[in-house]
Amino acid sequence: MKVTAHHKLFAMVLSLGLIAGCSSTGETTEDGAYGSDVSAVDQEGGSTVYGGDDDGGVSSSEMTEEARREAEERAERAEQEAMRDITTFYFDFDTAEIKPEAREVLVAHARYLQANPGQNVRIEGHADERGTKEYNLALGERRANAIERFLIVNGASRAQTETISYGEEKPAVMGSSESAWAQNRRVELVFQ
Amino acid sequence: MGNQMTNRRRTGTTRPGKVTIWLLMLAVMIGSSTASAELLIRITEGADSAIPVAVVPFAETGEMPAGDQISSIVRDDLTMSGEFRPLAPEKMLSLPSKGEEVYFRDWRLLGQRYVLVGQLTRMGDKIEARYELFDVNREERLLGATASSSVNNTRSLAHHISDKVYEAITGVPGAFSTKLAYVTLQRSGGESMYRLQVSDVDGKRARVRLESDEPILSPAWSPDGEKLAYVSFETGKPAIYIHELSSGNRTRVADFPGLNSAPAFSPDGRSLLLTLSKDGNAEIYKMDIQSRSLKRLTNHWSIDTEPAWDHTGEGFFFTSDRSGGPQIYHKSSEEAEPRRITFGSRYNARPRPDNDGKYVYYVHQRDKAFHIARTNLQTEEETILTRTESDESPSVSPNGRMLIYATKQDGNSVLTVIAVDGGAAYSLPASEGDVREPAWSPIVR
Repeated sequence: MKVTAHHKLFAMVLSLGLIAGCSSTGETTEDGAYGSDVSAVDQEGGSTVYGGDDDGGVSSSEMTEEARREAEERAERAEQEAMRDITTFYFDFDTAEIKPEAREVLVAHARYLQANPGQNVRIEGHADERGTKEYNLALGERRANAIERFLIVNGASRAQTETISYGEEKPAVMGSSESAWAQNRRVELVFQ
Repeated sequence: MGNQMTNRRRTGTTRPGKVTIWLLMLAVMIGSSTASAELLIRITEGADSAIPVAVVPFAETGEMPAGDQISSIVRDDLTMSGEFRPLAPEKMLSLPSKGEEVYFRDWRLLGQRYVLVGQLTRMGDKIEARYELFDVNREERLLGATASSSVNNTRSLAHHISDKVYEAITGVPGAFSTKLAYVTLQRSGGESMYRLQVSDVDGKRARVRLESDEPILSPAWSPDGEKLAYVSFETGKPAIYIHELSSGNRTRVADFPGLNSAPAFSPDGRSLLLTLSKDGNAEIYKMDIQSRSLKRLTNHWSIDTEPAWDHTGEGFFFTSDRSGGPQIYHKSSEEAEPRRITFGSRYNARPRPDNDGKYVYYVHQRDKAFHIARTNLQTEEETILTRTESDESPSVSPNGRMLIYATKQDGNSVLTVIAVDGGAAYSLPASEGDVREPAWSPIVR
């Protein structure tokens, strides 16, 4: 999946950037700063993270072990957060099988829900227009249930999740092409 | 709302209160408006085997209401059935209005098998029709009858005459006085408007019964033709409602966690089959409408949905993907083991049996296309009935002769009616947007 690949790359760039950024200033970044870094990278292709480093690169051997570990943890958190930007998951025709590339992202969502018990998520299942409307309602529900189960197995609590199926009633993309169908066979997470 | 729903699930509400809904959510309107609701009609195909019949313009005494002539509505009805080829009035050599005036030789010359003549008389606020049907070859009167309606209900009078003529010739009751329920959908700029409507079978006299910006699905008739059951997402979640058409009163009968889908009235009108997923996944239940008690009729980890009673009222058809993909199954009683009916392709769904137990109709995937097919339940022979490619929602006319379904035309969903034995077809596009999920009403006497 294109989106996932893009995000992985971006997360990698981001973590490199953060390590470089930290080691040059010797200070830890405020937690809150990740959000703006993330959006800056997202919008401007990662180049801003490297900006302002007047001293040039600093060799990683100058970092203490703790600093490195902290940086890595931060980087991982940022990566998880970035992954959580993905809230739509796609399926093949007449299946509710979660694609391998979606798993890592769903784990990130599950961990986030686990860490934030007050956060609820509505899991909306959809089908493409082919086939019958009532079967598609059940298929959309099966997809939503598959995602819900995955989130719960990975740390979310049942109290945080609810599912609904719209069947083929709320297509993301209008039209009757393979590409429209592929984009409409989906589950969307709506955090509330 | 999110919290409420979560709570509801946690507390495990299993039975909704018996709530008659008088006041409705803001987004929903119960209507009886006639505005912009009419379907167009487009005869796309006539059958070669159609029977030639002459419907002579009826003689008129007294002031007649404006609008289509009764004889021309009868002619249109017979044409739509696909089984008749009415003669254009301008080709007629004479315009008799009663038996004594019919010269069989004239009609034989014109190649007509049957001739219908009649007289209309204004009587106060009523129109009375006296009509006679003749078999041209046998020079025999098949039908002579009188019927009347109020001045503003002459379409019903015309459909009644069509029913009688159809039955006199074919031996099968006509279905021209029945109704269609369907849902129209208009989308613009991310907004959707769903309208549940009821019209005559020719698409005329459509009335909006419910309007919502959330989905309305699966309209199903009660056997007395007085109520519709359907699924509405108007509260943000799917729930099943029973809607009394004469009063507009609605009752929400199923509002369980998860799916509330695919209602189907039993032949005695006392219970509904429906699909619920409250116990984990889509299963079929029977609900006693009076008591709201539920009985679970399927039990499988796969999807079980789209139930429809068979003609006996004892068993039912349904869709299940227990074999890996959706297929049609039948249970001959509530307790019987399901028997698989379809094997012809990997996707067969939404069964609708006819009223005499001979055929079951359903959506059938062949290659990449979805058609309507039927299986003969005695011979197990499967026939694909449609040539269009995105077909769904089959509904059989109560006399078993016609089938209505939804298909795509120029990107929009339209309704198409075909004669089940082949040949004729007409389509009913909406004037704007999609029209879908047709349900053919029963014959109400």
